Formats: sequence, C-alpha cells, structure tokens
Amino acid sequence: MASLSNILPLSLSGVEFKADGIRLIKDVSTEFKAGSLSFVLGPNGAGKSLLLRLCHGLIAPTAGRIDWQGPAAEDPQPHQAMVFQRPVMLRRSVYANLDHALCQRNVDKAERTRRIEDMLERTGLSRLASVSARRLSGGEQQRLAVARAWTLQPEVLFLDEPTAALDPSATHAIEEFIQAIRASGTTIIMSSHDMAQAKRLAEDVLFMYRGRLIERSPAQKFFEKPESDLARSFLQGDLLWWKRKELTPPDDG
Amino acid sequence: MTDIGDAFAAAWGLIITLESGLAEIVLLSLQVSLTAVLIACVIGLPLGAALAVFKFPGRTIIVVLLNALMGMPPVVVGLIVYLLLSRAGPLGTLGLLFTPTAMIIAQVCLITPIVAALTRQTTEDLWREYEEHLRSLGAGPDQIIATLLWDNRFSLITTVLAGFGRASAEVGAVMIVGGNIDHVTRVMTTAIALETSKGDLALALGLGIVLLVLALGVNAAAYLINESARKRYG
Repeated sequence: MASLSNILPLSLSGVEFKADGIRLIKDVSTEFKAGSLSFVLGPNGAGKSLLLRLCHGLIAPTAGRIDWQGPAAEDPQPHQAMVFQRPVMLRRSVYANLDHALCQRNVDKAERTRRIEDMLERTGLSRLASVSARRLSGGEQQRLAVARAWTLQPEVLFLDEPTAALDPSATHAIEEFIQAIRASGTTIIMSSHDMAQAKRLAEDVLFMYRGRLIERSPAQKFFEKPESDLARSFLQGDLLWWKRKELTPPDDG
Repeated sequence: MTDIGDAFAAAWGLIITLESGLAEIVLLSLQVSLTAVLIACVIGLPLGAALAVFKFPGRTIIVVLLNALMGMPPVVVGLIVYLLLSRAGPLGTLGLLFTPTAMIIAQVCLITPIVAALTRQTTEDLWREYEEHLRSLGAGPDQIIATLLWDNRFSLITTVLAGFGRASAEVGAVMIVGGNIDHVTRVMTTAIALETSKGDLALALGLGIVLLVLALGVNAAAYLINESARKRYG
C-alpha cells in the first residue's frame, strides 16, 4: 500500500514515444510522488493514454527515462495495477475474474477468498459473483475492472478514462470507488478529458496537448488560473484544433 | 441393388449384434486415434498458443511450416515414419513397426500441425484482446498460455475435433506403418479398404456406418458444448 512507498516516486525524464516515425509523446519530464490523485487532462489525441501505458510499463519509451525510485524499484510491476477505458473481461464469472488476477500475483487461496468476498461486498457485485463477466452491463463491467485492480492492493493505480463510456449513475459509482481507493492510501494516476470529473476528483492536474505536457499545477490553481493559453482555451471549451495556429505549443515547430 | 441392400442389412446386423470382429476393429481405431489426439493436443495446444503470443526470430518460418504441414499427404507421413521405424532406420531397434504404437506415431505427426496451426489462429484473436490486461498483471509466459488456452477452451474443441476427424478418417499412413494385420493393427479405415477390395461389403459398410455415426456424434456434441458455452459466457 502507499504508506509503505515501495516504488514511488516515479520520475519521467525527457520521455518520448514514436510510432511509425511520428512522435506521439514529446519530451515529457515530471514526477509522481506517493499519496496523490493526479489527473492527466487533455483533448482526444493528446497522448494521455499513451503516457499512462508508458508509466505502467506496457510500452517502452523510444527516448528518455522512466524510473521508479522506491526500495522495490527493481520489480515495480507487482505494486501497480491498471484499469483500461474498455474493460478487459475474461471469459469467466465475476468471481473467477477477481480470482484470476490474484492468482497471477501468487496470493494464497485463503487470502484470495477473503479479498474477493470483501471486494464483491464493497463494490455491490456479490449477487453477480457467479454470472459471466461478459454478460454484465458496461457499468457493471467497469465496476468489476476497478474491483479487480483494487483487490490487488496496488501502491499505484493507473486509470485510463475509466468512465468515458458510462452513464452518470455508473460514473458516480466508479468515482465513489476511486475516492475510497484514494482514501486507502493508493496513489492514483488517472487520465480523462472530463473537466467536471477532474474538478471533483483531482488533486493535481497534468495538462497535455498533442503529445506534450503543457503544464502541471495543483487542481485548484489549474482550474482558477491556468498558466497556458492552451489550458485556458481547453477550460473554456474551445475546440483546440480549430485554433492550433494561434495556440501552437512551445517548441512544436 | 439387391446386393447393396443385402449388404446394408448385413451391416446393420453386425452393428446391432455387436459382432466381435467389428467391435474389436472399432475399439482399436478409437484407441489409436484418441491416443494420437491426446498426444497431439499436449504438444500442439501450448505450441500454437506460444506462437500466437511470443515474437522470436524464426517464428514466421515455423508458422508457415505448420500451415504447410496441415496439408501433408498421409502416405508421405507414413513413409517417413516407416523409414524411421524400419529395421534399418534410426529407431528400428525399438521394434515398433506394424504395431498400434507406430500408427499412433504416424497420426501424431499428421495432426499435431493441424492442432497447433488452428490453436495459433484462434488464440491470436484472444491475445489481442487480453494482452494489455495480462501484461498489466505481470503474468509470466506459462500463466499467459494457461489463461489463453482455458478461456479459449470451447473454441479449441473444434480444433481438437478437426484433429480427431483427420486421425479417424486417415488410411494411408496407418496402412503403411501398421500393415493392416488382423487382430493387431486393423482399424476401421484400413479394414474398409481391405473388405471392399475382397468384396465383403457387409463388414465394410458396417464399419463405414460406425465411422459416420462417430463423426456425427462427436460433431454434434462439440456444437452443443460450444452453444451452451456461448450462452453462458458470452
């Protein structure tokens, strides 16, 4: 758990990611410390999901460094978890989906049973325990995906737009879980393009545009007085790509 | 027409009375084919899943080779296994030629590429879906393969059946390495070939009917399993 600080802080230095010769992440340098809920905010195509995948180790940067710096930095994977925008549901029951994740982390049978029953109770999925995960509604599937990540008791949890495809009621349920996970001491790094959600949840905001980290500020400061024109334009609801000539990010050529 | 009609009637008689000669051939056929399918699955399922998941030098060559081997003529397989097991061959000292074991070896060679190639194809789709989640969990290679094979188990039934179909219908390879010896290596397909050439249509037809019923039964069972799995797991 976060209080142990096994792997944090996480430091990014000059991180770049190229695919097919196109720079999708450009020279990102920042640091994530233990015990925060950081929001990676920006329009579609800003590179938010890519940045989370880079931090989580699902893809490797083509330039720059990503370093976990805690005592367990050599093997950070067991201390992290990630929830994806489109939840990946194994062809198993709700219970078996939770059990599978814990098995991969070598949790013993008695502990698995205890954690799963506790998590089913907390997330209101108990009555669906024996139902096939693929038979659940979109909201229930995302609830299960969050429960599955939460039951691993990660020190750092990456959430990639977990409510992007959900209705307000399902979004509310997921946000409650996020707050409970945060309260349990887990550090959360979450991507979204939903400003209202960022206002409700974020402690600090990283604003990205076209692969570049434009600014990073405490949430209140970001929403009240953003530093960049791009962030201001985003907050005002402008369509950035219409205005990109005037709002070209620094050093973007 | 009367001859064929009589042959059919005699064939049904053999089946209904469970004539000992017919039962012996059917049992040996099942024993050889099911053992070969089991061994081919132990090799082919993890091999196919590994080819779907892992990228390594030479992978493309193996994939192309497996696809090519799916269509390998059984008589060629029979000939190669015959040469390996014949007295002058490298495995001649084992004395396996003209035994059911030799027939199993030939069938394993024939159906392992089918099982592996079809497993790779169906597993690749599932891997694309599961990849980020399993890598996020830090699953090791054995855990990845076990997860993919288990979650793909109902689709893989069709793959296994394709292997069983090939094994049970095969005649060329088992004829060469088994020799079609009565009470020793005579199976349904080789017996049908022999009895037809001898003009004993009753036994040939009886075995043919059993083979057809077997194929229909196995495929119907697979269809029902797949359907119920689709309804249950989505």
